[in-house]
Amino acid sequence: MKPAPFSYYRTRSVPETVALLADLGLADHGLAEHGLAGHGDGAKILAGGQSLVPMMNFRLARPAALVDVTRIPGLEYLRAGPDGLRIGALTRHRTVELCHDPAVLDGFGVLSRAARWIGHYPIRARGTFGGSIAHADPAAEWCLLAVLLDANVVLTGPDGQRTVPAQEFFEGFYTTAAQPDEMITEVHFPRPAKYAALTEFAQRQGDFAVVAAAVTADLEDAGTTAREVRVVLGGVGPLPFVVNTAGLSGQPATAATWRAAGGLAAAQIDPPADGHGSAAYRKKLAATLVERALTEATRSP
Amino acid sequence: MKDLHLIRLRVNGREHELAVESRRTLADMLRHDLGYTGTHLGCEHGICGACTVLVDGVPARACLMFGVQADGQEVATVEGLADGEDLSDLQQAFSDRHGLQCGFCTPGFLMLAEGYLAEQEAQGADAAELSEQQIREVVAANLCRCTGYQGIVEAVLETARRRTAERP
Amino acid sequence: MTWVGAPVARTQDRRMLLGRGKFTGDLARTGTLHAAFVRSPFAAATFGPIDTSPALARPGVTAAFTAADLGDPALLAVLERPEFVPTALPLLAIGQVRHVGEPVAVVLAEDPYLAEDAIELVDVDWSPQPVVASLDAATAPAAPTVHDHAPGNCLVDLTMFDDEKLDGIFAAAPALITATLSSGRLAAMPMEGRACLAEWDDRDQQVVMHVSTQVPHQVRSAVAQAFGFAEQQVRVIAPDVGGGFGLKCVAGREEVTLAGIALRLRRPVRWVEDRQENLTASFHGHEQRYRVRAAFSQDGQILGLAADIECDVGAYSAFPFTCAVEPLMAATELPGIYKVPAYRARGRAIATHKAPTAPYRGVSRPQVVLVMERIMEKAAAQLGLDPLAVRRRNMIGPGEFPYTSCNGITYDEGSYTESLDLAEKRITEAGWPGERDRLRATGRLAGIGYSCFSERTAYGTPTMSQRRMRMTPGYDTAAVRMDPSGGVIVTTGTCGHGQGHETTFAQIVADRLGVHPAQVRLRQGDTDLASYGWGTWGSRSIVIGGGAARRAADSVAAQLRQVAAHLLEASPADIQLNDGLAGVRGDESAAVPVSELARIVHFQAHRLPEGLRYALEARESFDPPGTFSNACHAALVAIDPGTGEIRLRRYLVVEDCGVVINPVIVDGQVRGGVTQGVAAALLEQVRYEPDGQPVSATLMDYLAPTAAEICPVEIVHLETPSAFSETGAKGMGEGGTIGAPAAVLNAINDALAGAGSQACIEHIPVRPWDICAAIPAGSTG
Repeated sequence: MKPAPFSYYRTRSVPETVALLADLGLADHGLAEHGLAGHGDGAKILAGGQSLVPMMNFRLARPAALVDVTRIPGLEYLRAGPDGLRIGALTRHRTVELCHDPAVLDGFGVLSRAARWIGHYPIRARGTFGGSIAHADPAAEWCLLAVLLDANVVLTGPDGQRTVPAQEFFEGFYTTAAQPDEMITEVHFPRPAKYAALTEFAQRQGDFAVVAAAVTADLEDAGTTAREVRVVLGGVGPLPFVVNTAGLSGQPATAATWRAAGGLAAAQIDPPADGHGSAAYRKKLAATLVERALTEATRSP
Repeated sequence: MKDLHLIRLRVNGREHELAVESRRTLADMLRHDLGYTGTHLGCEHGICGACTVLVDGVPARACLMFGVQADGQEVATVEGLADGEDLSDLQQAFSDRHGLQCGFCTPGFLMLAEGYLAEQEAQGADAAELSEQQIREVVAANLCRCTGYQGIVEAVLETARRRTAERP
Repeated sequence: MTWVGAPVARTQDRRMLLGRGKFTGDLARTGTLHAAFVRSPFAAATFGPIDTSPALARPGVTAAFTAADLGDPALLAVLERPEFVPTALPLLAIGQVRHVGEPVAVVLAEDPYLAEDAIELVDVDWSPQPVVASLDAATAPAAPTVHDHAPGNCLVDLTMFDDEKLDGIFAAAPALITATLSSGRLAAMPMEGRACLAEWDDRDQQVVMHVSTQVPHQVRSAVAQAFGFAEQQVRVIAPDVGGGFGLKCVAGREEVTLAGIALRLRRPVRWVEDRQENLTASFHGHEQRYRVRAAFSQDGQILGLAADIECDVGAYSAFPFTCAVEPLMAATELPGIYKVPAYRARGRAIATHKAPTAPYRGVSRPQVVLVMERIMEKAAAQLGLDPLAVRRRNMIGPGEFPYTSCNGITYDEGSYTESLDLAEKRITEAGWPGERDRLRATGRLAGIGYSCFSERTAYGTPTMSQRRMRMTPGYDTAAVRMDPSGGVIVTTGTCGHGQGHETTFAQIVADRLGVHPAQVRLRQGDTDLASYGWGTWGSRSIVIGGGAARRAADSVAAQLRQVAAHLLEASPADIQLNDGLAGVRGDESAAVPVSELARIVHFQAHRLPEGLRYALEARESFDPPGTFSNACHAALVAIDPGTGEIRLRRYLVVEDCGVVINPVIVDGQVRGGVTQGVAAALLEQVRYEPDGQPVSATLMDYLAPTAAEICPVEIVHLETPSAFSETGAKGMGEGGTIGAPAAVLNAINDALAGAGSQACIEHIPVRPWDICAAIPAGSTG
C-alpha cells in the first residue's frame, strides 16, 4: 500500500497555485515512460489529504502531480458578517468544531455542531473545509450542509474568481464543477439558519455515514407552524439528495409533522445497497434520521 | 526518475535535513530514513491511528502525510515523550492501567492523547469535567486489538485530571 | 513474599511506551531487498507462463521469482485419517489459483515503493474458472471443485459419538428444539500484520529469519519441509510481535518463500504485510453453520443432541494444523458444560474459493457456546421455564467432577454453577434488570443475556494426538539456569506476543528459587536458543510453558538447597528459598544469599562435593492432557429501534482460570477477548461476493471495534485450581472471545422478545438491519 509516483509542488499563493495547475494540465509528467502513468488523473490539489491520500495508498487515485496548498496564508478563517458566513478553504474541521465566536454560532451553529460527525479528532484536526467540498463525497457533512444552506463555492482560476451554488457544484460521486486549473478558496453561507441540524448513522463511531440527514425548519414567529422545511440526505445516491418538502409548508411544527417528513424523505429516495446496508435499510434510516434531525433542529435553535 | 526534494524538519527537537522522494509517506520517512521506528504502520489508510504523530503540535496520521510536507515543521514522535529514561506521566499511566499488551498500537495512542490533552489545555478546559465517554470518543480514533481499550481510556482520563490539577 | 498472584508490573511495557519495541518491520539491514507479491485478482483461475521481464527492467528491481523458479515448493499439512483430504499449499501458485490474493510471483526491489510499482508490470495470462464462494455454492450438486481430488469440496467429513439411541430419543422426546445457527467469517487482524526479514548468515551457514509469529519452531519446520532443508539450516526468531490471535500460529507462505529467496540471493529480504493483504490474503476463521436438534424433557432436562456442522475453511489447509481444526473442535466440544446423555455430530470442512483459515482465537468454541446457550434459551422458552434454571438443571454440578461426558472428554474441577449463581447475584445487585426496564420505558429495546461455558485449554499431546496430526503439538520444554550473580535465564518454546510472559514466567520461577522476578529473564521466540516447542496459542503457554519452567526451576531450587545445606550444615529438606535468601527452617540466624550460592557454585566449585558442582541448570518438559477454564458472561444491550443500532451498556465476566498468576494480565486478556467476541457478534465480518471477490478489504469495511463501541467490562474471579497444571493455573487467553457472542446474542433476543417480537436471530454478526427486520413495524423510537 504505497502510492504510485507523482511530482510534488508547494505553492505560497492562490495565483501561483492556479497558474501551476494550468501549466501542469498541459505538462507531460514524465511518468508514461515508466509505464506508471495515472489513469487519467492529472494534477491534484493536496490540502488536508485525509481523503485523497488513502485513495493514493490503495493506488485507486494516481495523480501525476500534487500541489500542496497548505502553506498558502490567509485561507483559514470563519468570518461572520451581514452577508453571512465565509469559511476559508483551508479552515480545519476542528477549527469549525471548536469555534466559540458568537457571531458564527448565532445562525450557523449547525456547522459547529455537525463537525463532530466528521471522522475522528485527528482527521478533523488535519482535514480542511475546502478539501471536503472538493472531494465531493455525497455523504460528507460539509457537502450536505452546503447544499442545505444554499452555500456558494468560491473558485479561483487563472481568470479570477467565480461563484458556483453548491447544488450546481456537485455533479456526482467525487465529481464537481471545478475546472482542473481552479481551486476552491472559500465557501460562503449567505443566510443564517436558526433551526438546523445534521444527524447521521454509522455502525462504528467516526465512520462515513451510511445515511446522513441535514435539515432546516423555518418556523412562524410563534414557532408553532412550519413555514418551510428543507431536508438534504447523504449516503442515498451520487449527490446530496434534496427532498421535496413542499407538502410540509404550513404544517404544524409538531412531532407528527417531523415523523411525516421522515416518511416523505424515505419515499423519495432510491438508495444503493452495499455491505453497510440494503436499500430498504437506508430508507428506514432516512425516515428515522430526518425525523430526529427536525426534532433536534426545532428544539435547540 | 525519482521526484526528490531536499527538506529540513525537526523531530523531537532535533534538526534533520534529507532528500526524500515526494511519494514517501511521513511514516516511512520517519521510520526508515530517520530511524524513528516507534511510529508504527497498522493500516496505511488512516483508520487505525498506529502511526499518529504530532505535526506542529497537532495529531496527524503519518500514513496520510508525505514526508516532504513536513518540510520546515516540527514533528513529535513517541521517542520524544520521555524525559531521558523517565517515563512521562501519560506513559506511566498507560503502564499503571494496563493500557497496552502487544504494544504495537501504543505509540499512536500516546501521541493521540498528547495532542488531545495539549489542545484541551490550550482551550483552558477543566479535565475534572471530562467524562469517560468523552475520552472514549477521542480514543475511538485509534484501534487496539489487545486491550479492549479500558486501560487506555482510564490512563488518558487519569492523566488529564492530574495535569489539570497540577496546572499553575 | 509470593509472586504468583501479585499484580507485578509488566517488564515489556517500558520499551513499548518509549517507542523502543523491536518489531520485524523495524529491523534494518544494509542492502535489504523488499518483497512484494503478485497476487491473483480472481477467485479461481488457471494461468500460463508468467512474464516478469517488464518488472525486472525497472530501475531498482533486483529479482523476481515464480513457483517454478523456486522448485514448486509447497506446505503439506496432514491429518492421518481416512476422512481427511490433504491439500498442498503452494508457496507460490502453480498454474492455478484458488482465492483472490493468492500469490503467484514475488518481486524484490530496493524499496517497497519500487516493489509495488514492479508487481503491476508482471504479466500473467489468466483464464478465470467457475467459483464457489459460500457453503451453499460449494455443496450444491455438481458444484465446481476447488481441488480436483476433492469432489463435493469436502475436505473433512467426520461423524463422531454416533449414539444409536438418539433416533429413539428424538422420536419420544416431550420437547424438540431445532435450529440453524451460523457465524460470519472473521479476520484475526492483529495490529501488526505478518512480517518477515530473512537473511543468509555465512558464519552459521543458516538462513536467519525474524518473523512476526506465534510459532517460531513450526515456521522453521515449515521452511525445512518446503525446501528440503535440515532444520538446523534455519533459525527463526520472533522479535516483538504485534498481536497474533491465531493468525500467526500457522506458517504463512510469504515468510517461507522469503527463506528460499534469502538463500538464493544471499541478501537480506524483507516483507511487511499491508492491511489489504492481511484482510484478503492471509488466513480467516470462524465461518460456520450448525444445524442442531435437541430433545428435552418437560422439566427442561436435555435428553439428546445431534448436530450437523459445516465449516467454510477456504481454499487450503494451513500448516501445521490443517483445515480440520474447526470441524474437529466443534464436533468434539459441542456438549460443553452440559450433561448430554446421547450425542451425535457430523463435522465437515468445506473448501471454497476464499482465503484459507487458521485457528483464530477461540476456534469453534465461540460457535459451540453460541449453539448450546441458544438451545438452553429456546428450550426454556418452549417449555415455559426459567432459562437459568434450565441451565442449572443440565450443568455439570459441584460434586460431579471429574466428569466424563458423552464426547469422551473428562472435565476437571470447575465452578460452573457457582459462576452462574454469582453472575446472577452481581447483576441483580447492580441493578441491571431495573436498567433494562428503564430503557424499555424510554422506547428502546433492551435485553440481558447470559453465556455459561468452559473451554479446554493447554492441551498437550495426550489430547492433541486424538486429532491424528502428522505433526502433533502439545508439550513444551523449559530450561532454567542461574548465573554467578544469581540472575536467572529461562528459555521456553512458547512465544508470547503481548501476553506479558516475560513477567508471568518470571513470577512463577522467582517463587521457586526465592528470588525477585526482576532477576529472572525469559528467553523465548528463538529456535536456536530454546528446545523444540510449540509456541503460543490455544491458551497453552502459562500452563504448559509455565509448568515446564516451574519444573525446571524446582530442579534448580533443589540444587540450591543442597548447596545451601552443605554450606550451612543443615538438611536440604530444611532449606527455604525466600526473598533472595537460603535459610534454615526454624533458625533465623542461619542463612546465605541465593546469589552467594550461585557465586560459589560457579566460581568456587572446588568448595563443593563433586555431586554439587557444575549445577544450577535444569531442563524439564510438561505435557498435560488439558484443563478446563470456565466462566459466566452477562451482557446488557440497548437497541435503538429507529436505526437498529445495538449498544453494549454493561458487561460482566465471572471467570475461573484456576490459580491467577497475575491478576492485571488476566483481566487484560479477558477484556481484550470480550472485545473481539463482541465484535464478532455485532461488527466484524469478512465478506465475499458470489464471484469470490472480497468486499471487506479495508478497515472502513472490516469493522474492528473502537473504544466507542465497547463498554467497561467488570470481572470477578473464582479460583478452582487445576490438578492437571503444575501451577494450578488454567489457560485463559481465549475465554473472553468464546463467551461473548452468546451473551450478546441472548441479550439481543431478550430485547426483541421484550418488544413483543416473535423473531429470534440465530446468526452473528447481528447487523442493524437484522434488528429492523425483526422488530414490529412502526417502531421508530
